[in-house]
Amino acid sequence: MNDTAQPNIIAMGGFVLFIGLSLVITWVAARRTTSTEHFFAAGRSITGIQNGLALAGDYMSAASFLGIAGLVALSGFDGLIYSIGFLVGWPVVMFLIAEPLRNLGKYTFTDVVAFRLRQTPVRVASAIGGLAVVAFYLIAQMVGAGNLIRLLFGLPYETAVIIVGVVMLAYVLFGGMLATTWVQIVKAVLLLGGAFLLAMLVLLKFSLNPLALFAEASRQYGAAVLAPGRLVSDPLDAISLGIALMFGTAGLPHILMRFYTVPDAKTARVSVSVATAVIGAFYLLTFILGFGAMVLVGQDAIRAVDAGGNMAAPLLAEVVGGQAFLGFIAAVAFATILAVVAGLTLAGAAALSHDIWVSVVRGGHASEREQFVVARLSTVLLAVASIVLGIVFKGQNVAYMVGLAFAIAASANFPALVLSVFWRGLTTRGAQASMIVGTIATLLLIYLSPTIQIDILKQPTAWFPLRNPGLVTIPLSFAVGIIVSWIAPEPDAARRFSEVEHRIHFGD
Amino acid sequence: MMRRVPPVSDQLRALDSARWRIAISLTVAMTVVYVGFILLIAYAKPLLATPVTDGLSLGILLGALVILAAWLLIAVYVRWANRHYDTAVAAIRRGAGPR
Repeated sequence: MNDTAQPNIIAMGGFVLFIGLSLVITWVAARRTTSTEHFFAAGRSITGIQNGLALAGDYMSAASFLGIAGLVALSGFDGLIYSIGFLVGWPVVMFLIAEPLRNLGKYTFTDVVAFRLRQTPVRVASAIGGLAVVAFYLIAQMVGAGNLIRLLFGLPYETAVIIVGVVMLAYVLFGGMLATTWVQIVKAVLLLGGAFLLAMLVLLKFSLNPLALFAEASRQYGAAVLAPGRLVSDPLDAISLGIALMFGTAGLPHILMRFYTVPDAKTARVSVSVATAVIGAFYLLTFILGFGAMVLVGQDAIRAVDAGGNMAAPLLAEVVGGQAFLGFIAAVAFATILAVVAGLTLAGAAALSHDIWVSVVRGGHASEREQFVVARLSTVLLAVASIVLGIVFKGQNVAYMVGLAFAIAASANFPALVLSVFWRGLTTRGAQASMIVGTIATLLLIYLSPTIQIDILKQPTAWFPLRNPGLVTIPLSFAVGIIVSWIAPEPDAARRFSEVEHRIHFGD
Repeated sequence: MMRRVPPVSDQLRALDSARWRIAISLTVAMTVVYVGFILLIAYAKPLLATPVTDGLSLGILLGALVILAAWLLIAVYVRWANRHYDTAVAAIRRGAGPR
């Protein structure tokens, strides 16, 4: 890559081809998207394997493809800590969340929390937590999108953000969940295929032996690249980040929403198995891509293009496969960004229209036509918001925003979700307090953390020592939910728990 | 959205407990494996730097094993759910008759 401002013809071609393909998918999906159930849940018609690929597509963001490959290329072993942390949340989703969620809800995870409680207070609190997660994740993706498209295609940052926002809006608005799901599937296959091909081209230079590659890395850069280094200096900080990544996955609204697109709980189970297999394989490939870039491109060459290392994978593609392969990988990275942004927008629109408008403002009584119109208006609102936020937050640290989104998901959404399906004693006030305290405590402790106080505000010390508050806020949120429920029991909610117990297993 | 449901039977309650026991045990197992790995990274850096063979440190080996552990635990759950849980749910449903 001589200069990043030079557009690559093949990358441009791939980029246009992918937009064209998503519009064809949208056109086909639009004709079947005739109701709210189609718009938010693809008519419950997605198969387990399809949904597994789509879940993987929703989860493997550009941050994990380009970011982790870059982190491994620049710091070796330390980068792998992220790969592993992002995977271990999936077993938690499988064991505690997927099947009960499918059997108890309709469109959002809030449906499950509110199932046997008073609707309005729970829906409002839960929508706040859900929308906070969507907002931070969306900002991270849009900022990442702007930077990457600028580097890959030479377009100005603002233009790139607007293109992503508008294309995403077109296919979410007209194609709903069905189009979003198929775009995720195409993207997941392209991303996994691209990463596999790239890893194979790297390994061909090392007689297909990953250990020969790692050995070469340690010869060139010292044995330290194969061992833990500076990234994890404070043990408590490391554990805090680790559990936020682990339990945050089970609280991400756009991931949870996907379980409503399948017909039953057994299919939800198949979906998680497929997703975990695909995501695990992908993260194992990032080991090879990262060390491959370190050895074949070189750390100095990677830093020269982008100090954060985000261009390690595209640069590696150019070294092993020339301009054509670079173009292909760049187009895959673009597809990745677009698909993740679409999934987030749909989850945000479901919270706004289904939880807030239909359940709270209309008290659950809105005509099908009104629900469908409000769902689409919410989508437009979120797309505009994502473009504006992407431009306003230009220059923010993307990985940090993603960490924030996971911390809120783990502290605000996950505890209430688990308590509502596990514990007969949970009350409306308990659920509400748990979600609100989880959200506010997370935001407050992040504000008081070294990342904001020392790195950004340039204060000499920070009041709160941890960079990620999960270790404090997840237990706090559970404790608040339990204590508030104990203080004032709600006999109605406890009595209706037998309906929950029944539906968790039977689904009707 | 509430409607009358038959009282939860003893069979369903037993199945419910079994499901949560498995779910919680497996979640705890995953947490122990992962947090254990992080604790090693935090407190036993030199140990993880130990070379196993040329090009493979103990840290990289254990990292790959954590991913394998996630796959394995999911496989254990799916096997249990497909073999025991699904048949038990179907049996209770048949026993309860058409509702």
